[in-house]
Amino acid sequence: MSDMSEQDRQLMEWLADMREDEALQLANKMLLEDGADPLRVLELCRNAMDIVGQRFSQGEYFLPELVLAGEMLQKIGAVAKPLIKQTAGGGQRKLAKVLIGTVHGDLHDIGKNIVTFMLDINGFEVKDIGVDVPVQTFIDEINGYAPDVVGLSGFLTLAFESMKETIAAIEAAGLRERMKIMIGGGQIDETVRAYTGADAFGRNAVDAVSLCKNWAVVAA
Amino acid sequence: MSAPAPDTPAAATGAAAKAAYDRRWQRILDCVALKTPERMPVVMYATFWLAKYAGITYRQLMYEYEMTREIAERAVLEFDPEAYNPMVLQSASGRALEAIGFKQLQWPGHGVRDDQPFQYLDREYMKPEEYDDFIFDPTGFYLHNYLPRVASAFEGFEELPHFPGLHYFRLVAGIRPFARPRVRAALANVMRAAEEVDRFVAQHTAFTERMTGLGYPCTNIATSIAPYDFIADYFRGARGMMTDLFRHKDKLLEALDKAAVFILRQTVASAKASGNPIVFIPTHWAPDAFMSEAQFRKFWWPSFRRVMIGLIEADLVPMPLWESDCTKRLEIIRDVPPGKCIYWFERTDMVRAFEVLGDVTALRGNLSPSMMTTGKPHEVDAAVRHLAENVFAKGGKLILDCAFGIPDETPVANVRAMFDAARKYAG
Repeated sequence: MSDMSEQDRQLMEWLADMREDEALQLANKMLLEDGADPLRVLELCRNAMDIVGQRFSQGEYFLPELVLAGEMLQKIGAVAKPLIKQTAGGGQRKLAKVLIGTVHGDLHDIGKNIVTFMLDINGFEVKDIGVDVPVQTFIDEINGYAPDVVGLSGFLTLAFESMKETIAAIEAAGLRERMKIMIGGGQIDETVRAYTGADAFGRNAVDAVSLCKNWAVVAA
Repeated sequence: MSAPAPDTPAAATGAAAKAAYDRRWQRILDCVALKTPERMPVVMYATFWLAKYAGITYRQLMYEYEMTREIAERAVLEFDPEAYNPMVLQSASGRALEAIGFKQLQWPGHGVRDDQPFQYLDREYMKPEEYDDFIFDPTGFYLHNYLPRVASAFEGFEELPHFPGLHYFRLVAGIRPFARPRVRAALANVMRAAEEVDRFVAQHTAFTERMTGLGYPCTNIATSIAPYDFIADYFRGARGMMTDLFRHKDKLLEALDKAAVFILRQTVASAKASGNPIVFIPTHWAPDAFMSEAQFRKFWWPSFRRVMIGLIEADLVPMPLWESDCTKRLEIIRDVPPGKCIYWFERTDMVRAFEVLGDVTALRGNLSPSMMTTGKPHEVDAAVRHLAENVFAKGGKLILDCAFGIPDETPVANVRAMFDAARKYAG
């Protein structure tokens, strides 16, 4: 984004600095009063989210900032998206497709939702299939969506077995070679990764993004 | 390797059991007081693992009082710990939950399968615009808003009168809502639920009395909560709470101050009534990854510290379980009087915790869940040895346990290895 106005910079700064009221007011003014190009406003938002992601990676921001950033993005998107003309060009090309869900028996979703958000703002196409996802649903979704990466989430210790079963079923269905599988959640460590047969595990959303980016680079 | 003789044979009663009880409890108290106990205490914290141990379903464990008591007793006698958690209270709550119509959990037969543990439903149970009501009159908010939302037995309490402001003839007219059908039904439902809760707690009491008679102390009866976690988990929900740090921070701080007062009062009353000074406080939102140090110092720690200091001043022993990895918090949470607490760590490196906190607090934990559930007995043995040699033998007042009790899926052989290794490497 080369020709950035003072207003553009201001929007990005307020979004990145968690100044929600000011950022939303300005975005609404740009979209509804100034007639700004909604695609451009969304691009500014994405740039701001990049800064948020960087600050998260650097240990300056934590979960609360990610959640608030996600909500600000959602609110601006709700105003901007209906204004996008049908003739506008197609969406940005995504780095890779990621299918993500919490394995069967486990209902936790906070970590999964954060990972989904972080992957999304980092240029991945993400399909979140929810919590307590049966093995067969993962297989069906993989067949339909053809992801490059599958993310299995779980907070409880029972998730170890569910992850192992899910990965074994993916293997048995002959789908394992087509994708990388990452796992994550409160109790996940290298021991669990080895036990389940996943390719990698992540301790947080930054790890998940790094894993997916590395795999996307290798694939490209 | 031969296991050392237990403090008391399983069948011991009377004076021998009383002496064994006192020895076991003294080891725990020595740790709290930062004195070296005669051996490293090892405690048993089991909930749904008891079902695996006995080969029954989680649902049976939650619903069959007598069976759960029998299994818990068998487990304690077999593994001979210094102390055990209130197993019946923490496992056999199915009938009570059902009677109350508890909406914040899913449990076997109520949303999850018979072989799955109960799970909490993270939701927004209080809207941000309700902070003022909560802060002004927490009891009124509980009666009219919160209780009917979280437990169906209380549905109808919305119609109760607003008590403050009732006086003189207004008091007479003011109680008229008690005649309403929904209020009468709610009161009847709550009384019925309380009868089940009474049976449930009586089972717990009978179990702990029986174990006392056999020489085994319970680690704690009372529990408490950090004010931040109280608001985050049970009122605002994770997402709401995280955005409140920006959108409603002043209200949140006010609510935390208020909650710290009534949490402390309620905890002191229940701990004193139980006769056991140790107060178990599982913490949820303290971990390094969940908020910045500045946020932790501003929103999480001050109100929690006030609760802990209040408990200590009431001659109670706070035992927070610091969930997940709290390495970056160690220097901050050091700020408590020495010799008064037990800090139980889940994923924080125990050696590091000992280095920072060894002169301030007893430690508890923390064999990893992944190793306990998927590892082999020799790996458990090595992990216990590591803690015994690098923490206990170096002067750490360590009470050995798993990271957050025995994980539900742990093979019995690994639990045996844990207890055997504790005796082998630390008395």
